[in-house]
Amino acid sequence: MASRRAFLKVGLGASLVLAVGGGVYRATRAAPAAPVFVLDGEARAALLAIVPAILADALAPGPAYATDVDDVIGRVRDAIHALPLASQKELQDLFGLLALAPARRLLTGIAGPWAAARPADVHGFLQDWRVSQFGLLRAAYGALQNLVMGAWYAAPASWVAIGYPGPPLEWAP
Amino acid sequence: MRAAIADPVALGLARGWDVLDGATVERDSTFEADVVIVGSGAGGGVTAEILALSGLKVIIVEEGALKSSQDFKMHEAHAYPQLYQEAAARKTRDKAINILQGRTVGGSTTINWTSSFRTPASTLAFWRARHGLATFQEAALAPWFDLMEQRLGVADWTTPPNENNDLLRRGAAALGISSGFIRRNVRGCWNLGYCGMGCPTNAKQSMLVTTIPSALAHGATLLTRMRAERLVYQGDQVTHLQCTALGADGATPTGKTVTLRARHFVVAGGAINSPALLLRSNAPDPNDALGRRTFLHPTLISAGLFAQRVDGYAGAPQSVYSNHFLDQAPVDGPVGFMLEAPPLHPVILATTLAGFGAAHAETMRQFPHIHALLALLRDGFHPGSTGGSVTLADGAPVLSYPIDHSLWDGARRALLAMAEIQFAAGARSVQPAHEVAGPYTSWAAARKGIAELEYRIHITRIVSAHVMGGCAMDADPARGVVDPDGRYRGLGNVSVHDGSVFPTSIGANPQLSIYAIVARMASSLAQSLTGRPAARPVAQAA
Repeated sequence: MASRRAFLKVGLGASLVLAVGGGVYRATRAAPAAPVFVLDGEARAALLAIVPAILADALAPGPAYATDVDDVIGRVRDAIHALPLASQKELQDLFGLLALAPARRLLTGIAGPWAAARPADVHGFLQDWRVSQFGLLRAAYGALQNLVMGAWYAAPASWVAIGYPGPPLEWAP
Repeated sequence: MRAAIADPVALGLARGWDVLDGATVERDSTFEADVVIVGSGAGGGVTAEILALSGLKVIIVEEGALKSSQDFKMHEAHAYPQLYQEAAARKTRDKAINILQGRTVGGSTTINWTSSFRTPASTLAFWRARHGLATFQEAALAPWFDLMEQRLGVADWTTPPNENNDLLRRGAAALGISSGFIRRNVRGCWNLGYCGMGCPTNAKQSMLVTTIPSALAHGATLLTRMRAERLVYQGDQVTHLQCTALGADGATPTGKTVTLRARHFVVAGGAINSPALLLRSNAPDPNDALGRRTFLHPTLISAGLFAQRVDGYAGAPQSVYSNHFLDQAPVDGPVGFMLEAPPLHPVILATTLAGFGAAHAETMRQFPHIHALLALLRDGFHPGSTGGSVTLADGAPVLSYPIDHSLWDGARRALLAMAEIQFAAGARSVQPAHEVAGPYTSWAAARKGIAELEYRIHITRIVSAHVMGGCAMDADPARGVVDPDGRYRGLGNVSVHDGSVFPTSIGANPQLSIYAIVARMASSLAQSLTGRPAARPVAQAA
């Protein structure tokens, strides 16, 4: 935990990395045919670790757990695809940085690959970003919180647990 | 059930309305009209009807798609991507303020919460005194408010408020704070609570079911999924508007362009997109005023947890308000705020509540017991509150909105006022939408905690559903982008008819201000184009 938190000391550096790193990240990838958000590899692994940290026990343990997380990730991707291209590019940069090992270490303090990240460390980095001195990190936290919460609570499967009855009239198809 | 609700848009299309979906445009095309109107929301809709009834050939250009009651499924998952700008995730440049704006035929009127207020007298007095808008007297505007209230069914809402709104009334009353009931633009409302996802019963008298159908019935043409790129002008006359057709996804250009020629052009794309169109067009702006002084009613939120059910998703979303905190100081003194309640649905609540993880999940499990209040800061009056600015990035609008000390001071007072009212109404705990606040279990704890909070962007949640300004009216040509009739200074045949003409925020939900002020502007425009008095719109018999 101590090593994970050490990244906060390099705050200004972290902010700069986030500001310029996206361009570096883009330069390392083959230019896509269309500038549309792609979620794969370590970026998807990052989200796979972040979704349970954000939703916590809103996700019921049990046989459906893995499917629920997959569904949330799919809906996050769909939600990003509904955004203007400029926003998709910003989020591509954010996920690109989360996927890039040096940036991940610097910005989140998480040492190893996302699949091995401890839940407490994932929770910890989100908490740090949420109240960070740096607006870019707070904004990045806000984007992740909104995307994941939106993806989960948009789905009728989440409504029973919160007592939301859903629309009062269901139209015939 | 659905078959029992007639969809006036589907019926109109069957009767042969002239509607062209950009996604179906197969070749570059040119159309001609007397007047081209960009935008189909509050400003564009009112203008289209008055001009069409006055005998002018009108083309309405809308970037969003044509969706109507048969498409409105009361699901946030459908409504936000389909009906809102940037899937309801439009934000200021620094991501500090989330902005809700419509992007569909009817604009924000299709998805607003129906709250209808006349422009406050104090706002009009400020406009006369500081912006030279001598014709903006209450008495001079009253006939236009009367006209549009009759047209759009604005009336007292006599159904009892839902608990979410009544808690505002009761909490305020316990503290001796005045409140009132909100008038609404509805006819035959079912009191469902889903106005923000498109009215499924066509009770809301949005532009989608009133002025736009009326204009189409009088020969107007509506182009949907059509992005207005730029006005092209020679000298001070715009010759045509260049448009890009968008595909079935509503976002991707198909590569086809549409050219619209007209005698006059009305810009009514809302206070972000209107300045952006004029900026893309390199419209004359000698005073560097275009896209400046953008106001938002920056809005603070406070959640309260109650023992009883609140069911904030059910019933008319906004029916009670308090202007108490607008009236405590001069209009240009410490920033005042209006109090209202918002409808609560899972996505809008979950993304607005601060925090994440187990604590957030636990709060969400109390959903039926959660109450929320909004405080809308009246920006643009205090000398420090100079608003934001719209600029372009790759042609797309970006809004910067710095939050100055006067607004943070207002934010702190607003969170305090909301918490005190919620405790006075019986809240067990109060949690301001602020990343490190509360929950507080007593007013004493809240008063101490909120006073000591850190006020900075992202940490303090701020939202906006009311974008105003950017093409401000002013009698002084050196300050106003448009004149008091909405005529663009520097382009002889361009007008701006939407909330972007307001020189400050309104200090109340702005839809009715737009309807009435634009009705006057559009009537003046119709008279100048036809040489005859403008037609008066009247509501169709039900």
